[in-house]
Amino acid sequence: MPVQLAIGTAKGLFLAHSENDRKTWTISGPHFPMTGVYGVCIDTRSATPRLMAGVSSSHYGPTVAYSDDLGETWQEPDRAPIAFPADTGATLDRVWQLSTDAEGRIYAGTQPSALFVSEDGGQTFDLVRALWDHPHREKWDAGFGGQAIHTILPHPSDPSSLTVAMSTGGVYRSTDQGASWTASNTGIQATFMPEPERFPEFGQCVHKVARDATDPSRMYAQNHHGVYRSDDGGSTWSSIADGLPSDFGFPIVAHPHRAEVVYNFPLTADAMRFPPEHRCRVYRSADAGRSWEALSSGLPEGPFYPAVLRDAMCADDADPAGIYFGTRSGEVYASRDEGDSWTQVAAHLPDVLCVRAAQV
Amino acid sequence: MIAVPVTLLIPTTLRAEAADQRALAVPASGTLGAVLDELAGSWPRLERRVRDESGTLRRYVNIYIDGTDCRDLGGITAPVPDGAEVEIIPSVAGG
Repeated sequence: MPVQLAIGTAKGLFLAHSENDRKTWTISGPHFPMTGVYGVCIDTRSATPRLMAGVSSSHYGPTVAYSDDLGETWQEPDRAPIAFPADTGATLDRVWQLSTDAEGRIYAGTQPSALFVSEDGGQTFDLVRALWDHPHREKWDAGFGGQAIHTILPHPSDPSSLTVAMSTGGVYRSTDQGASWTASNTGIQATFMPEPERFPEFGQCVHKVARDATDPSRMYAQNHHGVYRSDDGGSTWSSIADGLPSDFGFPIVAHPHRAEVVYNFPLTADAMRFPPEHRCRVYRSADAGRSWEALSSGLPEGPFYPAVLRDAMCADDADPAGIYFGTRSGEVYASRDEGDSWTQVAAHLPDVLCVRAAQV
Repeated sequence: MIAVPVTLLIPTTLRAEAADQRALAVPASGTLGAVLDELAGSWPRLERRVRDESGTLRRYVNIYIDGTDCRDLGGITAPVPDGAEVEIIPSVAGG
């Protein structure tokens, strides 16, 4: 099947399309030029795949657009699809995440930190009030990138269960379809807090969370220093950083089909945001983080300095799986063999903010 | 009763939201807010490009009323006479 790769950048959306099992790519764009595209989604739940993009113009504000013809044309509701109700006193800065569940819903994670849900294919979204009204909210802080919900993980088989993560604030879970929320950060440290307070109930700067392909109760988290795994649905977290060259980074991606396979792109440290040894390497674990191997075949061999942002790494749904990442220097790399080897899909793009890929 | 509609001048980057028109006749006056409220009814995507959901003008959008920056006239409450020329001009932003 053809594969579509959506590349959100600081100055628009680029689309890469492959008709030959990801050997070569045709690129179009920029769609929505001069806008930041922080969140993209390829919704393949129906026969006609729908692309959705969270688009932010520094002049004209944020919106969500969608395409049912793989980006040839785009539509946008007349009324703002995502807007804060008047009584909140808040206004939408940016859409960071668009995610679908098995029940037909579309979720949006926003800045400021809020979760919205659409029951009509993305035409209108409603604020998930229980999370917005959570007593912790007034103490959620903003990371450098802003205060936002950047991770939304619907449970693959239990529609009542939903996990989100935000910077800062950490991981929150609902087991009653969003009616109530519980902070789920036990074991995750906040290195920016003084020593006695480094394991708070909430307030951690969790950068990204991914769910294991076969065990929904297993999740992986890349934290602001710290890489963790939970085997109990997020109730507790344990470090899986020992085999990595650094516990700092932004993305973490689970394999779409294979249990215990997870990918990471480490950076040296909070205060040194370059890849370790200035080498471009993806790290893969095939045992849920107990051990890691560096993957670099086909990646740049010389000194490499760009970072990979939290949503700028993804997997497609093919078999063998494709793995993708984009850099702040505008390069995009793809592997069609689960990370064993890599090719460059694009270069000289604006900063890559997010990538998503799927068979279409 | 609106005697003469306001003429709303639209920058190139927003004309896609107004069927590629350079100007719209908006049958409203009184305040800038009233003009934008009327605009929201007929060209809602254009209106939400210049105001957020709280009704506040977006930071990097400037609107001139007969040549004067609306922010010097009270912002969203700035008076707009019948038949005024209201021009949307994007400010300096981005990199």
